[in-house]
Amino acid sequence: MSLQEHSADGPPDAAAADRAVLLAELARVLPSDALLFADEDLKPYECDGLTAYRCMPWAVVLPQSEAQVLAALKVCHDRKVPVVVRGAGTGLSGGATPVVQGVVLSLAKFMRILEIDPVARLARVQPGVRNLAISEAAAPYDLYYAPDPSSQIACTIGGNVAENSGGVHCLKYGLTVHNVTKLRVALINGEVMEIGSHALDDPGYDLLALMIGSEGMLGVVLEATVKLTPKPRTAQVVMASFDSVIEAGNAVAAIIAAGIIPAGLEMMDKLATAAVEDFVHAGYDLAAAAILLAESDGTAEEVAEEIATMSVLLENSGARQLRISQSEAERLKFWAGRKAAFPAVGRITPDYLCMDGTIPRKHLAHVLTRIAELSAEFGLRCANVFHAGDGNLHPLIMFDARNPGETERAIAFGAKILELSVDVGGTITGEHGVGIEKVKQMCVQFSREEIDAFHAVKAAFDPLALLNPGKAVPTPRHCSEYRLTGSAR
Amino acid sequence: MRDRVDEFRSRILERKPLRLRGGGSKDFYGGPLSGEILDTRGYSGIVGYEPTELVITARAGTPLVEIESALATRRQVIACEPPQFGAGATIGGTVAAGLSGPRRATAGSLRDFVLGVKLMDGEGRELNFGGQVMKNVAGFDVSRLVTGSLGTLGLILEVSLKVLPQPLAETTLRFEMPQNQALAAMNRWAGQPLPLAASCWQDGVLTLRLCGAKAAVLAACEKLGGERVAESDAASFWAALREQAGEFFAGDAPLWRLSLPSVAPPLELPGPLLIEWGGAQRWLRGTVDVATLRETAARAGGHASLFRGGDKSGGVFAPLPPALMEVHRRLKQSFDPYGVFNPGRLYPEL
Repeated sequence: MSLQEHSADGPPDAAAADRAVLLAELARVLPSDALLFADEDLKPYECDGLTAYRCMPWAVVLPQSEAQVLAALKVCHDRKVPVVVRGAGTGLSGGATPVVQGVVLSLAKFMRILEIDPVARLARVQPGVRNLAISEAAAPYDLYYAPDPSSQIACTIGGNVAENSGGVHCLKYGLTVHNVTKLRVALINGEVMEIGSHALDDPGYDLLALMIGSEGMLGVVLEATVKLTPKPRTAQVVMASFDSVIEAGNAVAAIIAAGIIPAGLEMMDKLATAAVEDFVHAGYDLAAAAILLAESDGTAEEVAEEIATMSVLLENSGARQLRISQSEAERLKFWAGRKAAFPAVGRITPDYLCMDGTIPRKHLAHVLTRIAELSAEFGLRCANVFHAGDGNLHPLIMFDARNPGETERAIAFGAKILELSVDVGGTITGEHGVGIEKVKQMCVQFSREEIDAFHAVKAAFDPLALLNPGKAVPTPRHCSEYRLTGSAR
Repeated sequence: MRDRVDEFRSRILERKPLRLRGGGSKDFYGGPLSGEILDTRGYSGIVGYEPTELVITARAGTPLVEIESALATRRQVIACEPPQFGAGATIGGTVAAGLSGPRRATAGSLRDFVLGVKLMDGEGRELNFGGQVMKNVAGFDVSRLVTGSLGTLGLILEVSLKVLPQPLAETTLRFEMPQNQALAAMNRWAGQPLPLAASCWQDGVLTLRLCGAKAAVLAACEKLGGERVAESDAASFWAALREQAGEFFAGDAPLWRLSLPSVAPPLELPGPLLIEWGGAQRWLRGTVDVATLRETAARAGGHASLFRGGDKSGGVFAPLPPALMEVHRRLKQSFDPYGVFNPGRLYPEL
């Protein structure tokens, strides 16, 4: 179900010749098992977690050393061949979708944790190290890596840096940008730079902030130093159910107004709750319009105090049911549903698209009402999962790609949700990145001048625009196409 | 207010060097001042404040005190405690300087709290980056790039910040211990789930501030021991530290700032020393050999800058490696092609 503009239907002869030269040059700098070019070997790389978009690259390189990465980059740079960097390929916005006549640079073999410094509370790791593996390596010191995207079992730190990944605990513990202190980065021309340090700030511009969330468009992460956080002594979660999303939203506001920043604060609507209950059997209230999970962590006394306060606030906000986890097993069970929301929805529909807008929370009821209307309009079901603390909303649009036109309809529905997020003062992407999926909606959120500024930032690192071209920042063509639909600024 | 924006634009479009200035409270900071003053004062006002969304948006010329008092009415704060360094400090200048106060090591830095900026670039265009929401990865993170850029990339017109609740409880403890022990203790405690907020070591005395839930602060006090400091004394101690109003910072001797990994051992350097941020920020008074100081800081994994006073001819901030400087130059060029904004304030080349 490749969308047309990203499919490569038999390159013309000139391109075939270019490809042959490129492969020969890559073969000179890489061991044979680090270079893939046969169709059956390239196939697994034709898409990332956003499977609706596919493209066969010219080649996939899997270097094993920094020198090989630099050499491969240099070959691509000299031949002006675009490069798409890939970690675990779990991204949901097509950030790692290959580009036509391009090379995929997989960092999957960079899996070493180079150093855990428990005193400095830092971990120095290679980019292909999995998010969860860092916390596992730090566990003996009662430390962990705080950002916990739902894909943390599989996703890599390099990909987290590219996307500025969040998770369900980032209201209190921050995003990737708050938890990475240093990067070793290769530019497309093979030059290496160290950005950041083990100190708390650095002279000059904050290039670390720029690099984090840059979706592989500015440089290639060769190494990352991340902060480790002391593990809270204990954690407890209170699960509340509500008859309306308005009440649930008000309950969230009440908790924050009371001066509490919960470790996690998550909401699911009725459809999402039903899907996950069927999957994990956590005992969610299936009759409720919305379920809220509010977690407290810290010392036992602190958690008891916070849970008690939150319980009162939730009750006063009209909660119809309250359940407080009585054991670590029960806490994990309450969370299991939320963490498995995407696969759970995946079980009740052949395909789904996961949206990722962030909205000011006060507009939640309006946005959910509008999504329900759109759902009827497009004839597609939509379940909603909400990082309620920070306003990051994940509508999951369900569809069946086998039905003609349904993929396009789902994408159009998603586009409407993104525009809605911008209309209420939010953003088209909170944590999944723009990638290929939302590149046209960038024209809704940003003006032509702002988009020009992004291109200029890219050019400061990658003047030939070879790293992940066509992603994240729209070209004038994207915007003029989008303008025809009447939505762009 | 539109008139002011038009006025700013026409000044910028003259393409002559401008010295962007709010209250002038940080005139002392950074490289030599040059260009005609563009005064942002009066372009002020809180544009939006949503306490339950933890976001405040204000125009650049809004006094920092105005923002902090608005937050205080809802028991909220800018948790990194950016210093004012004078009555007139504005939010635009605060973000441009990018400085954080005592709670930085535990609460995060000012850039961590910046959610969005509206910037006027060298072509006089108004550009919005980031936004008013907590999680936003659309487009490159230019609002954090601008934070701490000392006004060299453009004129900040508006800023959105994440704010946090005031801590529910707060206590300050004092310990007598030499520098090496204090550094070891601060790093050891930072690795434990304790409600640490700020630290300061000077002349054999370590002062430690705890902020958090009542129960957590109480439990930590019991665990850590030390001598409890009376509430009002503690408040004035931390306020003075934040504003560099104490005796250590008085006088004309040059003030050097060393930003280091918190675990860096005591450095062999002459002059009075004050340590903050759990060991990661160390202040040094006196005239020192710049090259030696920079080398010492670099060897320890950090950098040294001439924060206040002294001879700026040796450069204020640690020099950048050529590849990094090249990226800086290109970024400067793209936002400020005619070299209008604060030339030389960050580096002579920018």
